[in-house]
Amino acid sequence: MNKHKVVIPIGPQHPALKEPESFSVTLSGEKIMAFSARLGYNHRGIEKACEERTYLQDIYLTERICGICSHTHSTAFVQAVEEIAGIVIPQRASYIRTIIGELERIHSHLLWLGVAAHEVGFDTLLMYTWRDREIVMDILAQVTGNRVNYGCNTIGGVRRDIDPSQIKDMLKAIDALEDRTKYYIDIATKETTLIERLSGVGKLSKKDAVTLGAVGPTGRASAVDRDVRRDDPYAAYDKLKFKVVTDDHCDVYGRALVRVGELMESYKILRQALKDMPEGPLTVKAPRKIPAGEATSRYEAPRGECFHYVKSNGTDKPERVKVRAPTLANVQTVAKMLEDGQLADLPIVIAAIDPCFSCTDRITLIKRDGSRSAKRMTWDELHTYSIDWYRKKGLNFAGLNEKLKKRI
Amino acid sequence: MRALFNIFIFPGFLFLFIFGLSAQFFDRRIYARLQNRQGPPWFQPLADFIKLVSKEEIIPEEANPNMFKAMPVIAITAVVTTITYIPMWSPKALFSFNGDLIVVLYLLTIPTLTFFLGGWYSTSLYSKIGAVRALTQLFAYEVPLLMSILAPALLANTWSLTEMAAFYQAHPGYWLFNILGFAIALVTLLGKLEKVPFDIPEAETEIVAGTFTEYSGRLMALFKLSIDMETVVAASLLAAVYLPFWLCCGPVVGFIGYMLKVLFIIATLSLLRTVFARLRIDQMVSFCWKYLAPLAFMQILFNLAVKGFIIR
Repeated sequence: MNKHKVVIPIGPQHPALKEPESFSVTLSGEKIMAFSARLGYNHRGIEKACEERTYLQDIYLTERICGICSHTHSTAFVQAVEEIAGIVIPQRASYIRTIIGELERIHSHLLWLGVAAHEVGFDTLLMYTWRDREIVMDILAQVTGNRVNYGCNTIGGVRRDIDPSQIKDMLKAIDALEDRTKYYIDIATKETTLIERLSGVGKLSKKDAVTLGAVGPTGRASAVDRDVRRDDPYAAYDKLKFKVVTDDHCDVYGRALVRVGELMESYKILRQALKDMPEGPLTVKAPRKIPAGEATSRYEAPRGECFHYVKSNGTDKPERVKVRAPTLANVQTVAKMLEDGQLADLPIVIAAIDPCFSCTDRITLIKRDGSRSAKRMTWDELHTYSIDWYRKKGLNFAGLNEKLKKRI
Repeated sequence: MRALFNIFIFPGFLFLFIFGLSAQFFDRRIYARLQNRQGPPWFQPLADFIKLVSKEEIIPEEANPNMFKAMPVIAITAVVTTITYIPMWSPKALFSFNGDLIVVLYLLTIPTLTFFLGGWYSTSLYSKIGAVRALTQLFAYEVPLLMSILAPALLANTWSLTEMAAFYQAHPGYWLFNILGFAIALVTLLGKLEKVPFDIPEAETEIVAGTFTEYSGRLMALFKLSIDMETVVAASLLAAVYLPFWLCCGPVVGFIGYMLKVLFIIATLSLLRTVFARLRIDQMVSFCWKYLAPLAFMQILFNLAVKGFIIR
């Protein structure tokens, strides 16, 4: 290795990352020579956990895949299950799903704007956007009872109605937010130091974006005109008019413009949806056991296309659940974006795909057995424990391991 | 006895300690209010200091312990020494000789050098990158700063801060010639104090805490304190050079005036750091050389012209 090069770790614990994930960059001076991402630091095994639970329990489990796009995951899961069971949800329910989904997009994009500003050392903008984000958080709490995990979906519809007084409050909040968003667009297009830091950074050409499979705002900022809401409408999106925001800057600046543009579109969608929402029931009756079959479902999360696959076997538990979160599609593009980049640009380039590593890595659950003293194990103890555990079940990998060792 | 009093109590360590912490509170409060936040209570800087002092000191195994421990102390010493040469509330500084302006600027450079050495000797990668950045930045802002402070000295025809104060006292209104230099000095001061948009050496989202990544406990407290003190001392220097009024009206008026001037400068710095994003190191260097240095040079030429045609 060249002695003029240094490898520095960014993460798993690093102030630039709000969630743990491990990156390492090779630097020559301030210049980035190589970049690698190592996913799986926080692997949680949610997919496996889903197979052990009933469909109804899985809604709440998938909702906890991500702290920000929780509605995204539960809706995508529920849609797939409904498709297998052949359930058509009532109109009002599909509108309510859309409304909550858009509110979630607003809060996610405002959050991103703040994080991005913090990554380039513009803390004032962080404080402003996060203050304004409280408006939409309050509305979400008012409508669903929660700020993050809304618990709104159920198989065959939604669990909560939106009443006229809430609609009034929501419209008021949308007006306020629109006002603020216009101000942020103003800042993003005029503030010199911000533009200096964002434009020309993290270039991703349209060709690369398509090849690497960039989704959501990351792709749309490279002029890839894709949006599941328009291309493969779900919920009530086929009845609503909106524009898919794209941009041809192909850099972080473009990604910021796409996101603030999408905020404006979200307000439009919300106004239409609140106006057109038909009266009617919230749910149709869904069977406890879902007939055998399989289905995929796509959902345009704030970060891009979220993909769920569900396979059922006629029982009340799914046989297989597969989740492809948008960050997994986007994280590959980061290495491309950072080619010939500078260390100073690294945090904002990573942040510009709006990474959500909790979506990507997912969960494993640890239950305490009531007693307060938890047993600590070293790695070797854990290793022998696992071998013994399988041996008790009648599985012996010792011979296999020996064979493997010999071959190597 | 008197010298000891000057060094440890007034206007030395104790005074700077109290004033530095108050200035930090003032800065944080203004910063918070501009960002629509509540901001800390008045005793927060002191509480932070006490907390840091009581914490465990960890010195990295790889680091050179002597250098590692010496750097914060040297930084504080340099800053406390500086204040004795700066006229604060009367036209006379505690000590003065012809050329003390250069000494003051030299002493104010030492903290930055200690940041570099401290970061370098702590051997952490983040610290090293921060240290190199601190030094790179030093070469960018130091020249415009020096030139912009040189201009008023040229006008006064002296290298002594005390004599400069006396000159501007004798010619009231002349300080207006140096407005451009004052603006440049304020901007470069942001670089010296490592504040947004020039907080590149400690950009937390890139290199954790830069130079200070490995520092903890008392050593960290001393470094933080030295930065607070440096803020006050540098602001006092700017006040003495660019805002030389309210000096001859007795110690009370002079002292209040001095406080107002320093707080005004600190408030301006807070305002500046509120409205900008952090620049990249290459952008910072080119900004300093492309814009600030020529502007500072213009100020010098302007002052020479003033001296040639108006003052005579």
